[in-house]
Amino acid sequence: MLTLHCPNCGRDVDETDLHGGGEAHLKRFGPGSSDKEFEDYLFMRENPKGVHFERWHHSFGCGKWFLAARCTNTLEVFGTYPAQTLEPPKEIMDKISGARPGWSWGAFK
Amino acid sequence: MSTRLAREGRFTNKSKAVSFTFNGKNLRGVEGDTLASALLANDQMIVGRSFKYHRPRGVIASGAEEPNGLVNLGKGASFEPNARVTTTELFDGLSATSQNHFPSLEFDVGAINTHLSRFLPAGFYYKMFMFPRPFWKHVYEPFIRKSAGLGKAPKERDEHTYEHFNIHADVLVIGGGIAGLAAALAAGRSGARTVLMEQTAHWGGRAPVDGATVDDISADEWVKATVKTLEEMPNVTLRTRCMGAGVYDHGYVLGYERLTDHLTQKDGTKHRLWRVRAKQVVTATGAIERPLSFAANDLPGVVLASAARDYVVNFGVSLGDRTVVVTNNDDAYRTAITLKEAGLDVPVIVDARAHADGDLPAQARALGIRVETGKGIAKVKGSKRVTGVAICAQAGEGAVLEEISCDCVAMSGGWSPIVHLWSHCGGKLSWDPDQAMFRPDLDRPPTGADGQPYVMAAGVANGHLFTAEGIADGFMAGRAAAKAAGHDKKPGQPPAGEDTPENPLEPVWLMPQGASYALRSKAWLDFQNDVKVSDVQLAAQEGFESVEHAKRYTTLGMATDQGKISNINGLAILADQLGAEIPDVGTTTFRPPYTPISMASIAGPAQRELFQPVRKTPMSDWHTANGAFYEPVGQWRRPYAYLRGSETVHEAVNREVVNARTNIGLLDASTLGKLIVSGPDAGKFLDMMYTNMMSTLPVGKCRYGLMCTENGFLSDDGVVARIDEDSWLCHTTTGGAERIHGWMEDWLQCEWWDWKVYVANVTEQYAQVAVVGPHARKLLEKMGGMDVSKETLPFMQWANGTIGGFDTRVYRISFSGELSYEIAVPASQGRAFWDALLDAGEEFGIMPYGTEALHIMRAEKGFIMIGDETDGTIIPQDLNLQWALSKKKEDYLGKRAHSRSHMASADRWKLVGLETLDGSVLPDGAYAIADGVNANGQGNTQGRVTSTYHSPTLKKGIAMGIVHKGPDRMGEVLSFTNIGGEPIKARIVDPVFYDKEGEKQNV
Repeated sequence: MLTLHCPNCGRDVDETDLHGGGEAHLKRFGPGSSDKEFEDYLFMRENPKGVHFERWHHSFGCGKWFLAARCTNTLEVFGTYPAQTLEPPKEIMDKISGARPGWSWGAFK
Repeated sequence: MSTRLAREGRFTNKSKAVSFTFNGKNLRGVEGDTLASALLANDQMIVGRSFKYHRPRGVIASGAEEPNGLVNLGKGASFEPNARVTTTELFDGLSATSQNHFPSLEFDVGAINTHLSRFLPAGFYYKMFMFPRPFWKHVYEPFIRKSAGLGKAPKERDEHTYEHFNIHADVLVIGGGIAGLAAALAAGRSGARTVLMEQTAHWGGRAPVDGATVDDISADEWVKATVKTLEEMPNVTLRTRCMGAGVYDHGYVLGYERLTDHLTQKDGTKHRLWRVRAKQVVTATGAIERPLSFAANDLPGVVLASAARDYVVNFGVSLGDRTVVVTNNDDAYRTAITLKEAGLDVPVIVDARAHADGDLPAQARALGIRVETGKGIAKVKGSKRVTGVAICAQAGEGAVLEEISCDCVAMSGGWSPIVHLWSHCGGKLSWDPDQAMFRPDLDRPPTGADGQPYVMAAGVANGHLFTAEGIADGFMAGRAAAKAAGHDKKPGQPPAGEDTPENPLEPVWLMPQGASYALRSKAWLDFQNDVKVSDVQLAAQEGFESVEHAKRYTTLGMATDQGKISNINGLAILADQLGAEIPDVGTTTFRPPYTPISMASIAGPAQRELFQPVRKTPMSDWHTANGAFYEPVGQWRRPYAYLRGSETVHEAVNREVVNARTNIGLLDASTLGKLIVSGPDAGKFLDMMYTNMMSTLPVGKCRYGLMCTENGFLSDDGVVARIDEDSWLCHTTTGGAERIHGWMEDWLQCEWWDWKVYVANVTEQYAQVAVVGPHARKLLEKMGGMDVSKETLPFMQWANGTIGGFDTRVYRISFSGELSYEIAVPASQGRAFWDALLDAGEEFGIMPYGTEALHIMRAEKGFIMIGDETDGTIIPQDLNLQWALSKKKEDYLGKRAHSRSHMASADRWKLVGLETLDGSVLPDGAYAIADGVNANGQGNTQGRVTSTYHSPTLKKGIAMGIVHKGPDRMGEVLSFTNIGGEPIKARIVDPVFYDKEGEKQNV
């Protein structure tokens, strides 16, 4: 059972107080987008074994969403950060590069 | 025979007798006994029957690894199946019955299976029960279901209570043997918040039984002194009868404490589940002795060598008068020495090794015990009990050299460290060829959230089988764990242990080495599930080469003991058959819990009325007092109907519908979701949330709206009211309030976080009552206050004001098709307002109605219901709701999806009304039958029923359904499936059955 740090309320939170929200940093495609773009947005996911960026909701707590960078294989957590961002903070990217040299995920590396 | 010795056991108090029953027989044990030792003291050697062959089985071990001794415990509301006799402490009044036998333990007709064993080899389930196909359902499955399972499921509700403890620890030590105690001592002295759990009732583990010394005193004395020291340390918590059940991610560990299982008077909590968040975990879980694989090694009286001496030393019980010891190592000589010193006969020690010249063999010989080296057991003699052994050369094929009579065989194939907890969360193992065992690979430990190790194995569990290295390893592990958790006070020197040195063992996986098929097919690996050497070999021959496949094919290690004593032997046989090395074959996955824990402990206090909170409206007490027949809606409890006198639910529903349509009805609509969406960008936001345009809704007006997912599927609906320039009140379905609130928050926090919008869920702040029916206005006017006339408050508008002195907000909306006011008052006023309405409405024939009347009235009007007409695959177009999809808006959630080709297609199932030709009610969910069959040979369908009721208004069955191109096929008659009867014919009609023009609601 994971423990994640909620960057909004500053608590280390048990997984039972959280709700997972799938992959982070999805780009929304609406009317006018191509079928391929819309399909990618709706269905296509990285689903990696290794470094991953996810959405988590502090459901039984402050009620805020945050994002987590985590290894799906070892469950190492590289960091959590607020949801109001288009890309992970640099210090988290650097930490991942230190722990998993040569990693990549979507457009990030 | 097995019997109670004159000497006292370490754990027993012979002056205190304890009475208990086994299979109805009254027996006596003594204080400190386990059920196993008490049964053995009464010469009750057979304790159960094996799973497949129903062979008689006796106790083989003395601890959690016991595969055979499973019994039903207790009666009625205290009944518990599959209790292990070796871990069940005896108490006065204990009642146990044996399992898996018919008609009796001593005589079991199922034992015929043992003679049929050549027809029941590995995988026989998959081979034998395949053909003929109909036999599976009618013959094989009922038979297998009858014979499957060991214990019986309890019939009554458990009368006990259970609880959870949630704690944080710096260091959690699992296992209270000398290594665990040393680890806790080091961690405690380092300043760490330390918890030590021991699964048995006693501290010290095996060291005191085996006569080790620590710091120049006996292990027994050292354990006592150390426990006392630990008890005096404020930062150390000690728990006995508390098993470390599982190690999970990020230092989460479950401890399973049995508080009253050993007591006659079971007051208070029965089991406690410790949910521990530990920074570091030390697993000092010891080791399990392995059996040897020789023919008839499953006969009652064949036991593990360590168990034989445990029963003598700890309980003062001998398992037999003449015990043959068979071994491949020095440790088992301790058993021979212990038995001899207890005055029992050990006719021979059969040692598979060519030489036995260590200290322990020398001691045994000095006691006059005959030692035969290079020998093995060809087979054990006896039917229900050991009567002797046939001895052969270990190197040969089993030619009998000598037969020796005995009534007990103590076997030892070496020791396997208990690596379960190390492995639960990904700790890897390495094969130690010198000690022939898997041990934790310290270079590949489980890692936590920070990527650093958080589990350390210690002592015997870490592969250090001897006292000196084991206790030192435990101490160092405790110190290292404390340090890793941030506590590095100096803990002093490790305790110095000492025991008799031992010569190396020699791996023996089959006895004798070249055993014939006849012998191999009687050499048991898994005692509980009846898996023999020949079965694993057959599995390998048939291509089940992966250890995980071989496990499932043979059922090796799949029983309630999860192969604690059988797995290593089994995979060694598999490796041999495959010509592979043991480490290359590997082990099966170790999964928690270590031994079964009670389901009730997992539930903890979350049972009965605490299982789930029940949400009640302010009027709930009135409902209960007035015949409410409840149904759950989400976590709410809503009246389905209010029963009067002796009427049935159906009669009550009909009465409520007719009354609302002719007089006046009241509905407690408080459960309806109410979300306030407010802020400068709220209109823009709601235009994204709803398919309709909400930003243009004038203040004071209401609009019915739809919400879709990004997939375009209909998700929720409800009436939206514009409260002021910046605020809207969104009604959701009862079950949807929290979900839709979360949905809005998700978009506001994660996608449009720069939009200035605030959402508040005010569902429980208001009580809401629907006043429904032709007399609704008359009632409100009688109560007095605000103007509720058609002119001032027309349909689909709302207004604030007072009614009968209550502060209200009144919405002119209708889900029934009648003249209807939905009136919200502060929740604290809900009950008073409800009572006032009932009082004032008496002269108008007022009656409350429940959710079923609500459903019928909305179906009569052709209104859809989320969850009936929708199921997550329905788009608004399917329900003819195109009018609610804004064409003016550039974007809303679901808009892009609606332009996908199959969504935009006309070739879909669409909403229609359905009327049976004979007026009967269609079955819910019935399918409209189409011609032909699909690829699986199933009949084709062309629609299905989504809502179906008897309409008391129209006095016939009415239904809604979705039918292929339904709206284009008005008047057509379709056949609907009718399980157990002839298909039912129904005509496609307009889904609005009642007041098509809407004249009644708009008055």
